[in-house]
Amino acid sequence: MKARHKRFGLIAAGLILLVIATVLITKSFRSNLVFFFTPTQVEKGEAPKSGNFRIGGLVENGSLKRLPDGLHVQFRVTDTAKVMLVQYKGILPDLFKEGKGVVAEGKLNANGMFEADQVLAKHDENYMPPEAAAALKAAKDAKAKEGTK
Amino acid sequence: MIPEIGQFSLILAFCFAIVQGTLPLIGVWKNNAALSNLAVPAARTQFAFIAITFICLDYSFFANDFSVLYVASNSNSHLPLAYRLAALWGGHEGSMILWVSILALWTMAVTLFAKSLPETFRIRLISVMGMVSIGFLAFIIFTSNPFERLIPAALDGRDLNPLLQDPGMVFHPPVLYMGYVGFSVAFAFAIAALLDGRLDIAWARWTRPWTTVAWVFLTLGIAFGSKWAYYELGWGGWWFWDAVENASFMPWLVGTALIHSLAVTEKRDAFKVWTVLLSICAFSLSLLGTFLVRSGVLTSVHAFATDPRRGVFILLYLVVVIGGALLLFAWRAPKVGLGEKFDVVSRESMLLTNNVVLVAAAGSVLLGTMYPLLMDALGAGKISVGPPYFDAVFVAIMAPGLFLMGLGPLAKWKKASLPEISLRLRVAAVISVVSALLVPLIMGKLTLMTAVGVFLGIWVISTSLILLRNRIKTRQAATPNLLENIKGIPLAFYGMLLAHLGIGVFIMGVTLVKGYESEQDLRMDKNDVAKAGNLNFRFDGTQDIPGPNYMSTQGTFTVTSNGKVVAVLQPEKRFYPVQGSMMTEAAIQPGVVKDMYVSLGEPLENGAWSVRIYIKPFVQWIWAGAILMALGGVLALTDKRYRILNKKAAKEAQEALEAFEA
Repeated sequence: MKARHKRFGLIAAGLILLVIATVLITKSFRSNLVFFFTPTQVEKGEAPKSGNFRIGGLVENGSLKRLPDGLHVQFRVTDTAKVMLVQYKGILPDLFKEGKGVVAEGKLNANGMFEADQVLAKHDENYMPPEAAAALKAAKDAKAKEGTK
Repeated sequence: MIPEIGQFSLILAFCFAIVQGTLPLIGVWKNNAALSNLAVPAARTQFAFIAITFICLDYSFFANDFSVLYVASNSNSHLPLAYRLAALWGGHEGSMILWVSILALWTMAVTLFAKSLPETFRIRLISVMGMVSIGFLAFIIFTSNPFERLIPAALDGRDLNPLLQDPGMVFHPPVLYMGYVGFSVAFAFAIAALLDGRLDIAWARWTRPWTTVAWVFLTLGIAFGSKWAYYELGWGGWWFWDAVENASFMPWLVGTALIHSLAVTEKRDAFKVWTVLLSICAFSLSLLGTFLVRSGVLTSVHAFATDPRRGVFILLYLVVVIGGALLLFAWRAPKVGLGEKFDVVSRESMLLTNNVVLVAAAGSVLLGTMYPLLMDALGAGKISVGPPYFDAVFVAIMAPGLFLMGLGPLAKWKKASLPEISLRLRVAAVISVVSALLVPLIMGKLTLMTAVGVFLGIWVISTSLILLRNRIKTRQAATPNLLENIKGIPLAFYGMLLAHLGIGVFIMGVTLVKGYESEQDLRMDKNDVAKAGNLNFRFDGTQDIPGPNYMSTQGTFTVTSNGKVVAVLQPEKRFYPVQGSMMTEAAIQPGVVKDMYVSLGEPLENGAWSVRIYIKPFVQWIWAGAILMALGGVLALTDKRYRILNKKAAKEAQEALEAFEA
């Protein structure tokens, strides 16, 4: 085999590898995109019926309750227009508090309850997760629109 | 008074940065020695004023001067002294001060230690660093003044975020910034070379140690951060593919590529344009990281700023610096030239593959990090990219590169023979395959991921050891004494070896902890016993202990194995009254083979607690690997060959220049 042929073969192999890699990356990328929905959107049925997504809003005051096993917790997330019930098994993050912003990732179960496998509350006293803030703003805007009708 | 002095010297520093960043460049261009000689004094004066600024700000923290808004927002009179001083970089404004201080430090180092560079080149280098500094100082002065007064003064400060009250806070940010900002030297080298239109072996030799130092700091900084997240966040994770982590990881990947590419440029006078491009990219990604972390676009404990003006400013700055550098690159790169040719199978081609793999990996991380931000900015909805994407894609891209890591160092420059290399590595191949099957079986279960991971880890380690044996063997004829033989091998070689071993150790750690960690969330009453493998965790109840600025509830867990006590773990739940926040302090018994990890969840009725118990096999190997990599970098730096060659290269360059001028 001449050096030129060898080089051509290697370049071709490299290109094929590159194409395969790109296809795999794109596929993996698409299947791991997690979309965000507000409680209002979930209520309207815009969220996926199966598969993970994120919700965000405020933890409703007085809604946090611990199930008898001591590990499952339930709380309600509100965007001030609509409310949804969330269940989570495990230890809540330190910054999780009633009346504060929260983002949860998980999926809807058969009863329409949101089963979270991750609860994010990375805020401090004066900081709200952007997703939670966006949910509140969307609900507020919708209300304002209805008011002007 | 002190804050005003700080502010004033910040403005003076800005003025000197402008002098340093513009006049010497004009001087070199117009051949005006008076102007070009300003570079060094201007840089040193700038350093002095920035040092004064830094000291003034830290003094305000030391003295609890709550009439300074920034101090009042980030400190508290009850905060322990070390954290008070570190609180300087606990917020947005101060971390910008840290950034420019470190830039000034690096510039100062260049004026002191880069004496062997040809005069014009050195002046350009310092001047480019001055330009970088102008942007950041303007940013601080016009949008994020840390000395702003609070009138009337606060009685006490709002305290440092409890998450940040940890020894990690003292080390992690400065070390990480030393790395980030250190790439500015390589960047300035590249820009100066483009302006010069000349890039030769001597250039690569000058740049290499600077880049390596920055890389060592960045490696350590990332490792510190990862370790900190591991014990402080209380959830036992060591890497979350969080945008902020990615922001530091991308420059690391490109920086690693740069180190290897520089080696080729120095040894073979090849990859020249590529090296310049990587230098620009590494620093651009550092700037992008700063932008991501500091502009408030991210949801993270790292994001302090929410002022959109700052975001716009940094974005503009990015466009000017990166865009300008790339334009200059497009214009001048053809002058630099591609460099020497090489065969398809050669050390050069292997290193090229290494570079492609590293850059592709950085690209995939960039895609996952920036895509959600881009979609959000375009109003296309809020999305996030899950860690499984990063795990899958990153591993898939890196795996072939790691395999080639075994072959590369054995390949000859210019033209190598694959059959010869494979013959040398057959022992390593056998060892790796056997361990890939054996180790998972010993650990309990065999999966594809663990088998591949162990194979790659052992492959990297065993090929490195074979490389060492090979080196010793080829030198045996000349130096029969084994000890002298080992001593005679240049330190740079050992540095490479150590860094590669570090990668192997790191891969083993990641594979084994991912494959075999166990996690339980439990409800435990006093005297309850939880089982994890052959270990029993007994909960002995809690007690309240006051801390300096918090109240702590400390639990005690006695861990026994076959009736013998192996560890007593005391996790805490701390309450910080100033910010009204709770913090989980995990208790960890680290070990070579496994970590035992317990953290307290929440109190339940009758003294019971929800508790999280982890067993993390080989997790310490992750950071041990990173430390080995950094040590490898340090060894490579101490190679005496450098200093001698540096002097020689300087002499040659000076002679060439004199001959040219004559």
